[in-house]
Amino acid sequence: MSSTTAPSSIGTGQTARFDPSIAHLTHVPRRHYGRWIASALILAAFALVVKAFAEGQIDWPVVGQFFTAQSIISGLGNTIIMTICAMALGITLGVLFAIMVMSPNPVLKGIAVFYIWFFRGTPLLLQLLLWFNLALVFPRIGIPGLFEARMVDVMTPFVATLLGLGINQGAYTAEVVRSGILSVDAGQTEAAKAIGMTRLTTLRRIVLPQAMRVIIPPVGNEVISMVKLTSIASVIGFAEVLRNAQTVYYANARVIELLIVSAGWYLIIVTILSIGQHFLERYFARGSGRRSRPAAPSVVES
Amino acid sequence: MMPIVVATDVRKTFGSVQALNGVSIEIPAGQVLCIVGPSGSGKSTLLRCINQLERIDSGAIWVDGELVGYRRVGNKLYELTDSEIARQRLTNGMVFQRFNLFQHMTALENIIEGPVTVQKRRRNEVIDEAMVLLERVGLSAKRDAYPSELSGGQQQRVAIARALAMKPKLMLFDEPTSALDPELVGEVLAVMKDLARSGMTMIVVTHELGFAREVANEVVFMDRGAIVERGSPQEVLVHPQQQRTRDFIAAVLA
Repeated sequence: MSSTTAPSSIGTGQTARFDPSIAHLTHVPRRHYGRWIASALILAAFALVVKAFAEGQIDWPVVGQFFTAQSIISGLGNTIIMTICAMALGITLGVLFAIMVMSPNPVLKGIAVFYIWFFRGTPLLLQLLLWFNLALVFPRIGIPGLFEARMVDVMTPFVATLLGLGINQGAYTAEVVRSGILSVDAGQTEAAKAIGMTRLTTLRRIVLPQAMRVIIPPVGNEVISMVKLTSIASVIGFAEVLRNAQTVYYANARVIELLIVSAGWYLIIVTILSIGQHFLERYFARGSGRRSRPAAPSVVES
Repeated sequence: MMPIVVATDVRKTFGSVQALNGVSIEIPAGQVLCIVGPSGSGKSTLLRCINQLERIDSGAIWVDGELVGYRRVGNKLYELTDSEIARQRLTNGMVFQRFNLFQHMTALENIIEGPVTVQKRRRNEVIDEAMVLLERVGLSAKRDAYPSELSGGQQQRVAIARALAMKPKLMLFDEPTSALDPELVGEVLAVMKDLARSGMTMIVVTHELGFAREVANEVVFMDRGAIVERGSPQEVLVHPQQQRTRDFIAAVLA
């Protein structure tokens, strides 16, 4: 009985539901009341924060006055120089140790694994202090007969910071480079061998350029981290931007103003670097199929 | 005529798998030799051993009169260095099943990479030759295209041009059409036929029995790491003597 009535009831329902005359009715989008309320609350909270800072004990003209002060600018210069040097050392060591980790030579591999284990396994601040106090272990440094010097003269805040940041960075970059190299298909290496390339040429011409696509985004992030990490060196007296800001506020007691000056400069550098990273990523993505053509075509023939 | 490839009692195992079980073969220069056989028969391994992409466990291979991978001093064979092996590989060009074009280079850059970087030849002169090769494989218009912008058949034709740019004496093809969509197989085989007509020595591992029948001077049938039968295409593919060959051909044609 039900088997005879059921189809007919669905049939009548269908003719009622598919009324073609509704096709021209206006569509009214759903109202998102929740979003409106949330936005209003957040804007109100933000306005309160802005008001608090505007009325708070911050002497904004002092911020403006010290933003381009000589000591801040020279600290900024040291921050930038240290970022470049430490990253250069880090990337060099990273590539070197990544290749060593993948080496068939057990000694090279063992050393690289130990390096990565040690420098990733201890805090950066501790490593900086170790380098800076190395004179306690080795008072003198040198090659007998060639040159010799007192360690305290060699291990300046700049050198200790460079070694601390660069060698630590190398341990992280090694892992990034290794994953980049592994991401390149083994067929690429075989094809390179087949046209008579040696192992080193294959790495330089075929594998590393393609690994770059995987390596650049994380290394870009690491450069940005490095800009900020250099501030740790203030504890061993390296005259970077935060250290110099501190020196100023020890003298004039404008603590927050000077910290805002430093924060502003870090934000400016990081913003510029982020834009640079975008273009670098686009360059190394060439041929990967995620993007149509390079921005500047080389020789166009048509 | 002097054989271009001589292999004597070549053995190769991968773990517990015996890939090559004492293979001996002489391949005359100027010939097109097709190697057919079921998967796992060792035919690709033999090709890769000739080009030293695999190291043989025992036996010996000579290419163009030169012992491959080793130098004989007294009664011992000493392994060659990386750069000596790289130099030996210049005798042969290789075309892979999965094309293996350099993904970060355009078609033209792929072709000139070997002559410029490895052979240290002048870039301008190499580009002219590369354009002739691109013309020959019918892809002049694609010189600035990246591999990801090309179809499988186009990539394989660029890969053939890349191998030819090194001016090899011998071309090795490792299942060059196996990774292609059926409608793209013809364009690659056409390029290979053209190459065979030009007198190039070719060793082709393939499942294309039609191509083997039409182009090959000789056909080798391999099974379980050994050469089972060798002869003219007519002998091996049409009137095989061995039961294993008959079974394989029946299975392929089925």
